[in-house]
Amino acid sequence: MLNKFPLWKNIVILVAVVIGFIYALPNLYPDDYAIQITGARSSTQVDQATLDKAVDALKQEGIAVKEATLNPPNGLIRVNSAEAQLSARPAIQEALGRDYLAALNMAPTTPDWLRSIGAGPMKLGLDLRGGVHFLLEVDMKSALQKRLEVYSSEIKRQLREEHIRYRGGDVGEGNTIQLVFRDDASQNQAFDLIRDQYNEFLLDKTTDDNGQQVLTLQLSEKKIKEIEEYALKQNLTTIRNRVNELGVAEPLVQRQGRDRIVVELPGVQDTAQAKRVLGATANLEFRLEARQDAPSSATEVYPFRDNPDRTARLEREIIVTGENVANAQQAFDQNGQPQVNITLDSTGGDRMTRATRDAIKRRMAVLFIEYRTETVKKRIDGKIQEVEERKVNRSIISLATIQSTLGSSFRITGLDSTAEAGELALLLRAGSLAAPMYFVQERTIGPSLGQKNIDSGVMSVTVGFALVLLYMLLYYRFFGLVANVALAVNLMLLVACMSILSATLTLPGIAGIVLTVGMAVDANVLIFERIKEELRLGVPPQSAINAGFSRAFVSIFDANITTLLVAVILFAMGSGPVKGFAVTLCIGILTSMFTGLLVSRAIINLIYGGRKVEKLAIGGKLANG
Amino acid sequence: MAKLTENTINFMGVRRLASFGSLTAVILSIIILAINGLNLGLDFTGGTSIEFAYEKAPSLDTVRQTLDDAGYKEFVVQNFGDEKSVLVRLRQDFDNQLAENMAADLRANGDKVEMVRAEFVGSQVGDELKESSGLGMLLALFVVLVYVGMRFQFKFGVASVLPLAHDVIVVLGVFSLFQWTFDLSVLAALLAVIGYSLNDTIIVADRIRENFRKLRTGNSEEIINHSITETMSRTLNTSGTTLVVLLALFLLGGEAIHNFSIALLIGILVGTYSSIYVAANLLIMMGVSREDLIVPAKEGEVGQQSEEEEPPEWLNRM
Repeated sequence: MLNKFPLWKNIVILVAVVIGFIYALPNLYPDDYAIQITGARSSTQVDQATLDKAVDALKQEGIAVKEATLNPPNGLIRVNSAEAQLSARPAIQEALGRDYLAALNMAPTTPDWLRSIGAGPMKLGLDLRGGVHFLLEVDMKSALQKRLEVYSSEIKRQLREEHIRYRGGDVGEGNTIQLVFRDDASQNQAFDLIRDQYNEFLLDKTTDDNGQQVLTLQLSEKKIKEIEEYALKQNLTTIRNRVNELGVAEPLVQRQGRDRIVVELPGVQDTAQAKRVLGATANLEFRLEARQDAPSSATEVYPFRDNPDRTARLEREIIVTGENVANAQQAFDQNGQPQVNITLDSTGGDRMTRATRDAIKRRMAVLFIEYRTETVKKRIDGKIQEVEERKVNRSIISLATIQSTLGSSFRITGLDSTAEAGELALLLRAGSLAAPMYFVQERTIGPSLGQKNIDSGVMSVTVGFALVLLYMLLYYRFFGLVANVALAVNLMLLVACMSILSATLTLPGIAGIVLTVGMAVDANVLIFERIKEELRLGVPPQSAINAGFSRAFVSIFDANITTLLVAVILFAMGSGPVKGFAVTLCIGILTSMFTGLLVSRAIINLIYGGRKVEKLAIGGKLANG
Repeated sequence: MAKLTENTINFMGVRRLASFGSLTAVILSIIILAINGLNLGLDFTGGTSIEFAYEKAPSLDTVRQTLDDAGYKEFVVQNFGDEKSVLVRLRQDFDNQLAENMAADLRANGDKVEMVRAEFVGSQVGDELKESSGLGMLLALFVVLVYVGMRFQFKFGVASVLPLAHDVIVVLGVFSLFQWTFDLSVLAALLAVIGYSLNDTIIVADRIRENFRKLRTGNSEEIINHSITETMSRTLNTSGTTLVVLLALFLLGGEAIHNFSIALLIGILVGTYSSIYVAANLLIMMGVSREDLIVPAKEGEVGQQSEEEEPPEWLNRM
């Protein structure tokens, strides 16, 4: 029978529409303003007592709490408004102290039954809803210092190999290395050697107050720029990796100026974790424990991380740093204790082998270095002000006896918990930083980024959508109504698909939707015009409907496939905003083909199919067969 | 069988005039672009942003007015984080004086304002993004050329890609002429225009192909005229609905998507025009003929059916 879908096909279409409806539903529930509380370290869990303390603090401030929930290891406090949220965060942070992180968050209000089937709202991009914005500053001074130390030890090693005697050498002020010699001859020899092999230094021969010959190596401007550039790029890559580990959609990681990195995490749910993972500018150093008779100038004393009263004396010399870590995985030893398996790159492996070959039965320490910014209250000019201070915290994670020569694979044991092992592995895996970084700014971008504009934008899209419905209804009458139903279903499916894929909706994404609305109608317009033409040629209504759909199909198919190709390429090549646009365009094309061809056909078939139709009116004019 | 001359609008009658018009528009756009350049937004150029902390939440409109009166140009004022923080972004490069002066200007009406932060904002898209977007656009045009070339015929491929370039250049030209800000949202709009215009062009091209195969009489120009006439109500309706949406966007959308909707409005008008007068015109200029599209006749069979582009079998089974 012409124009009649078999039952199974109608059911498939109905099921698809119902599923689309269910998964689009969460977008109707607005997010709550919330404060998320997380332990500053992964081993710190938020418990009911902590949560109560936070709620009490809010009560004292007169901030109404909508709901406080404990979902270990985090706590979430929902409040009523954006203003309440902004004043609640410092209040909670102050009440809970440094062991916990309080972060602004938007908590979805999806009902439990929807959440249980994995439905959730679409994420809105930073430009639409806001998100977290971090500004990190790379400590260039420390990057240069680190590099100069490497140069210094390398040059000294070469001097020793060439039997050029020097008295001392240190990294000095203003990006210099100063080498001290006993006499002119060795100074000149060193001068020649360094001039030949290190053209990145400007050399200067002087005599110091004690009559010693000093050779000053000044790092050239060009090389300084190069080192800074390298440090920034390396840190940028590391931050990107870490952001990826966080699983954020459409993050923005970008350099800003000479030494800063901007991180924008749109619609991020767990801002506290983001800050901890990005902010833990941790590094590792592997060092040998000092021998009993080692001179104190060659050693340093550090406390243990889990027990600050216990200390150990370590050699100054670093065997390997976190930079050489190729991979790190959390695992368990035979006793079920958490450990981290580490694989070093070939350079790191060589160095580790060389250092541990002669050190069997000695102990090796893993030194954990944390850089962080702390806010300290200080009295300045009689007023109490909050001052940001940068702190470097070095502590020993483990001190273990070397049983045999270590190669490029080995493990760290003695960690507090599985969570800590996991986090350490993540930090190591995500790469270490070439230079320490500090948060110089952290904001959660409220919808204020053009809130008014976005509101009116959404409004105008709605008005535009309504006008399209009206246009179609006036022009195509009953068939227009069918097209409108298809269009509405299309929009719903688009939203559902984006929600299921947890794609992020951005302003360019809305552009994709606008285009989709136009093109989805286009499919129906093409079909209706085709049916009209067929009717004009004297084809009976049933055949005209069938011919209209099948003839228009070719045009719709070609037009959509080419656009889809463009969209796919843009998605693959572009990033950020372009990607956001491409995603909605891709999904929109697919859903509009489904609704334009199948949903509208199903409706028309249900109405006209399988019966005798004498006359068919599309639009105002009556086209008579 | 429809007669070719009946009810057919002679679109191609003015094709020389249209060619002249299009060519002039493109050349003018390129000249304007070369002279004026694009007024790139903060997204692309970077610029300065200065954050102020107010003791009491100010009205952003008042802040804008104050800065406008003080003679600052091309600035954006927005809240940053909370209501008391105001972020001002400027096109000009940062210098220490600028921030100080602006703070003084804002304090002039008695508000307590402190400058919290002043910094140079690097390009938001970054070289990487710009490069990959540009490269992506070129690759997209190339793939369209290949696909349409294969699915239709090479002449159609050229005739569908050049109108896209035409549309993009003209929209860029208009933006350059009026010095409207070209930012990321406008770039996205441009991509939307490409998608839309391509869609339009393909629909017309598809009908031209069909008519070349179906109609035995008439020269290329007549067939093209006939095809455009046949698709006219579709073209008008689709453009109509899209323009209606965009008009709403333009009038109600507010500042943030103002330029975005302008770009789309112009782009879709130009795109609709170009799929008729650039695409079809190009086909005639390249001398498209029935022979280009005719399916090789099978054993002398000249039945209409075998020459029609058949919808895939699975669709007929539906």
